[in-house]
Amino acid sequence: MTAPSLVQEHFDATIAAEHRIEPRDWMPEGYRKTLVRQIAQHAHSEIIGMQPEGDWLLAAPSLRRKAILLAKVQDEAGHGMYLYSAAETLGVDRADLTDKLIEGRQKYSSIFNYPTLTYADVGVIGWLVDGAAICNQVPLCRSSYGPYARAMIRICKEESFHQRQGYELLLTMMAGTHEQRAMVQDAVDRWWWPSLMMFGPPDADSPNSAQSMAWGIKRHSNDELRQRYVDMTVPQAEFLGVTLPDPELSLDPETGRYHFGAIDWEEFKRVLAGEGPRNAERIARRRAARDEGAWVLEAATAYAEKHA
Amino acid sequence: MSEVIAEGGHGAVPTGPEVPAVPGPVRSGWPLYEVFVRGKRGLNHVHVGSLHAPDDEMAVHAARDLYTRRNEGVSIWVVRSADITASSPDEKDELFAPSGDKVYRHPTFYDIPENVPHI
Repeated sequence: MTAPSLVQEHFDATIAAEHRIEPRDWMPEGYRKTLVRQIAQHAHSEIIGMQPEGDWLLAAPSLRRKAILLAKVQDEAGHGMYLYSAAETLGVDRADLTDKLIEGRQKYSSIFNYPTLTYADVGVIGWLVDGAAICNQVPLCRSSYGPYARAMIRICKEESFHQRQGYELLLTMMAGTHEQRAMVQDAVDRWWWPSLMMFGPPDADSPNSAQSMAWGIKRHSNDELRQRYVDMTVPQAEFLGVTLPDPELSLDPETGRYHFGAIDWEEFKRVLAGEGPRNAERIARRRAARDEGAWVLEAATAYAEKHA
Repeated sequence: MSEVIAEGGHGAVPTGPEVPAVPGPVRSGWPLYEVFVRGKRGLNHVHVGSLHAPDDEMAVHAARDLYTRRNEGVSIWVVRSADITASSPDEKDELFAPSGDKVYRHPTFYDIPENVPHI
């Protein structure tokens, strides 16, 4: 082991002072690799995340809902682009990252491997899934890597619209027919537990978390963020008039926090390993978009060369 | 002095023997552009991010779609990242240090009695 070099000392001092690391700074290889993995996974999640809701674009119940959904799905594409752009500051290439995603060498959030069965799912994704994403992402606006933190600030501004349109959709459905209310409850039943899994494995099983927190890449532990999410969401469920599918859910009067039941981590692992209900379909569609869209890139390149 | 390129976006990146190489060539056929947006009249253009595009015109269109979906701007600049020349972090001492000992350039350097108005 060599003595810490001057650049390492400078890096450590920058982190300790809560200043940002910028692309031109020296950084430890582990820091760079961790960031590439996390940002790429995040970017992939945004891009794959267009699919579950995109499925409903042509079947939206009104022009208003269709315009809203279109704007939201377009935002997800934008979020993916901001993040790939941040990843590229670390010396990777976005086409390469996409290939890794398609080949299964990089992951995306397991939540997007569940199907969207009714339009209530669109509302519940906005409320619960984007709600969980906000919980995860707001602290990342203070991430130690400048380009990532800046991308997150932009994303968080837009996520608020996503969550509110979802909740409003659900309020509308809950004020509708018995069938519509049942649809909302059914969607909540299916999405609640997967949304809790979005925060990742429990702290005890998350070996990389401590280093990521020491580097200021992550700001809070998985369990801490999960608890914060539950505490924020339960009152929203009560207002909406739906039942969260957890018989153990109860308020601890002393701490003011909610106790919740055990999460099925075996399911999480299965879905992450590719055995979720829609894994194969999501990747097949991403592959088709890359391969069948290649001619568009070629045509634009040819046009640019002709007019250069 | 290191050679400076902006491959990777978000500002130029110095390369050279003293800067650790970042692995992996960028194989996208489209050049990288840095995007600057003027939020409203009276403000400077500010760097907001980067994107790949086949030419300047497409870069402006892509920047409009990507960075101004909610009226975030009234004007966009795009510039090829490769055309940006930047200072290197390695030479920051020589480049910025000279201003450090010129405290007389700041208004707070001068003691003015408190009862002198409007100064």
